Amino acid sequence: MTDVQTKTPPTSAPPQADRPEDPTVRSLLRHFVRSESATGIGFVQVVVGLALIWTIFAVLNPNFLSPTNLTNLSLQIVAVAAIGIGVVLVLLLGEIDLSIGSVSGLGATAMAALNVKLGVPPLLAIALALLGGAVIGLVQGTIVAAFGVPSFIVTLGGLIGWQGLQLFIFDFTGAMNVTNPLILGLTGTFLAPWVGWLLLLGGLAIRAALVMRVRARRARAGLVNVRPLVEAVRFGILAIIPAAVIVMFVQDRGIPVAVLIVVALLMLMDFVARRTLFGRRIYAVGGDAQAAARVGMNVRRITVYVFMLSGTFAALGGVLSASRLQSVTQGAGSGGILLDAIAAVVIGGTSLFGGRGSVWSALLGALVIGSISNGMDLLALASPVKLMITGAVLITAVIFDASVRRRQAR
Amino acid sequence: MSEPLVSFRNVSKAYGAVRALDGASFSIDAGEVVALVGDNGAGKSTLVKVMAGTIIPDTAEIVFEGRPVRIHHPNDATALGIATVYQDLALCNNLDVVANLFLGQEENQGSVLDEVEMERETRDLLAELAIHPRSLRVPIGSLSGGQRQSVAIARSLLGKPRMVILDEPTAALGLAQKQQVLDLIKRLQARGLAVVLISHNLAEVFEVCDRVEVLRLGRNVASYPCDEKHRDDVVAAITGARMISAAASS
Repeated sequence: MTDVQTKTPPTSAPPQADRPEDPTVRSLLRHFVRSESATGIGFVQVVVGLALIWTIFAVLNPNFLSPTNLTNLSLQIVAVAAIGIGVVLVLLLGEIDLSIGSVSGLGATAMAALNVKLGVPPLLAIALALLGGAVIGLVQGTIVAAFGVPSFIVTLGGLIGWQGLQLFIFDFTGAMNVTNPLILGLTGTFLAPWVGWLLLLGGLAIRAALVMRVRARRARAGLVNVRPLVEAVRFGILAIIPAAVIVMFVQDRGIPVAVLIVVALLMLMDFVARRTLFGRRIYAVGGDAQAAARVGMNVRRITVYVFMLSGTFAALGGVLSASRLQSVTQGAGSGGILLDAIAAVVIGGTSLFGGRGSVWSALLGALVIGSISNGMDLLALASPVKLMITGAVLITAVIFDASVRRRQAR
Repeated sequence: MSEPLVSFRNVSKAYGAVRALDGASFSIDAGEVVALVGDNGAGKSTLVKVMAGTIIPDTAEIVFEGRPVRIHHPNDATALGIATVYQDLALCNNLDVVANLFLGQEENQGSVLDEVEMERETRDLLAELAIHPRSLRVPIGSLSGGQRQSVAIARSLLGKPRMVILDEPTAALGLAQKQQVLDLIKRLQARGLAVVLISHNLAEVFEVCDRVEVLRLGRNVASYPCDEKHRDDVVAAITGARMISAAASS
């Protein structure tokens, strides 16, 4: 799959091929379809797949595309998308974290026990749950980094062990109903349309200013800038999609706070991954850990930090689930959420082999998985059928991805 | 005669009972390209590791620009201006040319990457060295072996070194790509750098080097100015046949 692409010895270009870089609209579109860069994923593939899925369900049940259902869909996927952010980072590093499901369940349990049983204020309870996730990541990441144990095994142990701790807590608490308005409000609050439009306009204004600044700096340094038309197309896409989403939300209950939280975290972590030293180190370690160590990067420390982030995002996913389901049971975090989160990220285009992918694949993949599940619920399909179809879609997505990348490698 | 840029004298290193280096010496001038040749186990890589600071020799007298120095850590070598490009290149194939050139020493402002500055410096440095990848923003894994080697060598120049050690830079390359790297070595020399070239390939040694030093069983056995007429002598020195022929002719 991806390793074919990165390891295949390239056919040699003529040694003096001095082709000036001239990004055109076509190359931009190509970038969206099959990006060469490590931070790019084939967004178009995923979007086409998503459009296909939506068309099928819309034909089978027109209610699928109703604002109410799409708002429900977005609330259904926030937990998986939040957990997926951590999964992306771990996969970029070339590792895996199988404990995310259990950690999300334990995070939800800890928050509920603190808030419901011990009367800890809601924000503190949430913060402690997230902190717990970070500590779990610290432990697992340290074992992986210090002893060189494969993360697959360490986090498999975590999957079992943290679930045990969750059940242990339930021996004292029993199932808990979450009633605190602030916690419920995470997924139950909807904001007025103007909030959405204000955030969108503000975001676009900031982006425009940043783009102009970078273009000016590049021009001063004598570097080639992307053509203004290409920049405009890119900007247009970035404006139209959120605008359409806001229009859709507004026709139902309003802008869901949970979606704003997850989108803000996606933007933050995308920035961290692509634009900071820490992010560059994650990609470098995932690309070639030995090379990263050779140039002086502290591979162990990076590994520990990434597992801490993974644990934190898993706990956050658990908190969001608890908020939406308004209760925490013994089964929280077990079952499908682990595989949903990993499958979502892979469907979204992040490589399982490290060093290639985007934080946004967490959202795109969660949308694909969530749409399938939501659509099949609307059609009232039986559970066995749902499982088989979900599995088939995952495999199709990965085959498609693998074949595209193999073609790209030639 | 002026002092050499750096000289290593009486370098010894034993691994248990094996004497990898046994009183070897090496010196090089600024703007000089010296090949270090020898059969497998002759001590080339051990000597290189001593120069790069990745191993500590049992004995060594190192003089850099006339003053005695110690190299006990890679950072010591870097501080003196000695850069090493290892055979495995230490490149990340998933990252682009700019990212690889600055790998581990990224330009940043408050830990936010300064891509514009890095791209500008990359463009300038690669242009100066006449390295022309098809784009600075393609993953380095999609470039030819010669260009990857060139980028790895260019990266070693970022710290403004005085001396560059190239460990088998052409071992895995095709003919045209070998030539690219040899041309690059000549440009390093033109910039006044001392270049140590480890190589098995005598043809390329004779093409770019000023001098060839032959190691055998941890000792210096011969030193020749690079001239095709010494080719047979060099081969003889590497294999150990020289003593015999020397004895026979005397």
